[in-house]
Amino acid sequence: MKNRDYIEGGLMQEGEFEPLIIAFCCNWCAYAGADLAGTSRISYPTNVRIIRLMCSGMVHPALVMDALMKGGDGILIAGCHPGDCHYTDGNLKTERRVEALTVMMEDMGIERERLRLEWVSSGEGEKFARVVHEMTEQIKKLGPNLFKLG
Amino acid sequence: MSEEGPKIGVYVCHCGTNIAGVVDVEDVTRYVATLPNVVVAKNYLYMCSAPAQAMIKEDVEKHRLNRVVVASCSPRMHELTFRKVCEESGLNPYLFEMANIREQVAWVHVSEPKKATRKAKDLIRMSVARARLLEPLQKREVNVTRRALIVGAGISGMRAALDLAQRGFDVYLIEKAPYVGGRMAQLDRLYPTGEYALDVLKPLMKAVASHSKIHLLTNSEISTVDGYIGNFRTKIAIKPRYVTEKCDACGKCEIICPIEVPNEFDYGLSKRKAIYIPLPDAMSKTYLIDLENCTRCGKCIEICENRAIDVEQQPQEIEVDVGTIIVAIGHDLYDLPEGEYGYRKYKNVITMPQLERLLDKSDKTNGELLSGFTPKSVTFISCVGVRQEPGIYKPIKEGQHFNRYCSRVCCTATLKNALEIKRRYPDARVCYLYRDIRTFGRGHEDYYRKAGESGVLFIRYEAEEPPVLSNNPKGMHVTVRDALSGETLAIPADLVVLSVGMVPRIDASDIQTKLKIAKSVDGFFQEAHAKLRPLDTPSDGIYLAGTAQGPKDITDSAAMGSAAAAKAAIPLAKGKVELEPIVAYVDLARCDGCAMCVEPCTFKAISIAEYEDKGAIKKRAIVNDALCKGCGACAATCPPKCIYVKHFTLDQISAMINAALMD
Repeated sequence: MKNRDYIEGGLMQEGEFEPLIIAFCCNWCAYAGADLAGTSRISYPTNVRIIRLMCSGMVHPALVMDALMKGGDGILIAGCHPGDCHYTDGNLKTERRVEALTVMMEDMGIERERLRLEWVSSGEGEKFARVVHEMTEQIKKLGPNLFKLG
Repeated sequence: MSEEGPKIGVYVCHCGTNIAGVVDVEDVTRYVATLPNVVVAKNYLYMCSAPAQAMIKEDVEKHRLNRVVVASCSPRMHELTFRKVCEESGLNPYLFEMANIREQVAWVHVSEPKKATRKAKDLIRMSVARARLLEPLQKREVNVTRRALIVGAGISGMRAALDLAQRGFDVYLIEKAPYVGGRMAQLDRLYPTGEYALDVLKPLMKAVASHSKIHLLTNSEISTVDGYIGNFRTKIAIKPRYVTEKCDACGKCEIICPIEVPNEFDYGLSKRKAIYIPLPDAMSKTYLIDLENCTRCGKCIEICENRAIDVEQQPQEIEVDVGTIIVAIGHDLYDLPEGEYGYRKYKNVITMPQLERLLDKSDKTNGELLSGFTPKSVTFISCVGVRQEPGIYKPIKEGQHFNRYCSRVCCTATLKNALEIKRRYPDARVCYLYRDIRTFGRGHEDYYRKAGESGVLFIRYEAEEPPVLSNNPKGMHVTVRDALSGETLAIPADLVVLSVGMVPRIDASDIQTKLKIAKSVDGFFQEAHAKLRPLDTPSDGIYLAGTAQGPKDITDSAAMGSAAAAKAAIPLAKGKVELEPIVAYVDLARCDGCAMCVEPCTFKAISIAEYEDKGAIKKRAIVNDALCKGCGACAATCPPKCIYVKHFTLDQISAMINAALMD
């Protein structure tokens, strides 16, 4: 059962699709950037659910596929800019994984825009908010992820 | 975990009205109480307050809670606070989880309270899902190497080194240039006292060179840095000087050297030889060869009576283990693209750092400021290379980076120099073309007042209409629209001084990569928190001092050096540091030794062990705890998913995903 299929919380108006985006954010940069958006009181859509990890390189491709299979409309992976990774090159590994995942998704008929990789530094609160805006709008246009089990 | 299964206490914070003003905390609390395994669900005004902490401890005891979830601010704010509360109530601190419903909900969804409330419920449900799977973990304690490394021997680096040495700690002070003193050594006189920069520096330079606890290495830089707080392993590269201690600075080599290159100490205003003394006032005068420009003609070797020249000297590399590092690499000055304000196009257009060099040299030689002429009209232009707003500042060259910040020190420095010019040339007309006057510090406002009193002309210009330099047979002119009167003025100027701003050092990126510290949007290094942690970097054990962190004057740089020393001393004084137990762990029962995890490990922490079992050779992955940083690259690569990072296991993350997407 999807937690978005309700009207009572006001999340889904009649006919209006509100995407649910899972965001994997690295502790050192992206999560801090998201916090900065908060301290700076920059508003962005409510559609994102952030999961804090130590490094964007922690995201096993199976977790991404899991999220898509379970009905996540979008996956955002946000890490440090290349050269800034707290673990030297975890983010570069993420980049390669996302490339492979994108190929796999397309083969399965899932739109590539549902997976997005962004570099967000701890000083980029504005960027984080902008990315969430853009991705929410983009996925609204794509519609709900129909590729889910059960 | 007890046989009873998870018993979770969930606490929703109002944070005054910060959260409660947007999120319906009562509704959230009611919802949370319905979640499986949640035994206590409460909300409170300030969860970080003493009574709230006492409430958690009471509940842990009364209800025999074995997991605690607090939904409040960012874990980066209070995770440690609440972990301590758990510890004090007898609960392992790693059985604690936090949901961020302030920075990542209430503060960013102010106009959508219903959706924000829904999101808060989702995030807490995700945190509860993770909490069910958390395991108790033990911190590892390691010894701290009681030594500090300071990168950069300018005013802030030297101050930090002396403070640490006086506390009794061993200090390695390394400096890339062949002399200490940094940018301050290139100044003439300082505001607000008018003292000569080198007079102020010399006692510090002497102290760092002679203190028993300070190992000063000039001509040196960092090669590599590995490790973590308390246990940094650094390699330092020492460049050879090619001149030995037998040198007595007689100067014959310098005279005979045929090579002349621009002198970087004078910002290119003068020339030096390939064999030279880098700091004219250095206490220990030793020559140095710039081997890149040297043609190996051998004339200096021939003429040196002490046979002090050795071009065969090799670079050295030493390994230094330290507990903490201070980054004090300083700044560069804005290098104007050709043609901006007539720089390198017209004669007698100089930067203010260049003016400082001219003032300094003429002071020492009792000579004229400029050879050959007495200036009749000197114009200073401020805010050069800084406060460049996109859309207003017109870039000179393709792809020019915009420096949007203010360089802080130039206003007072310009006033000081305007007064100095007036003092030397009372009949000269001195104009100061400014956008704003920012004389913020003690004694600075006095310069502003005195400059006005002594007849310096203040002309305000707007960013949209910067002054324009032109040259014709009559001489150089500066055309500017006076923002206050509205008139356009053409000021004849035989000397134009550009107050260029500070910019990050060109090798800052190199240091950034080697130390893994962050840069802020303006290119200087980023502190961990602007107000609460202005000296820390996000990397524990590495601190910032001086202009490496941003433009500031000598007063503030020296203060920051002392402050960084105080911070850097904390782990050194404690002698021990606790490391997070967030390291990789192998489920040996499921591992088949495929070794896919080995290569992605940047820190070479994984190896494959072979052993015999019932006549067959079996392989298993083994993690070296001391080397593992907990980055999870291995966990994200393992096909059967049997290596994971403690406290961030794949099961825990998966549970959070499930909770986010399902009810």
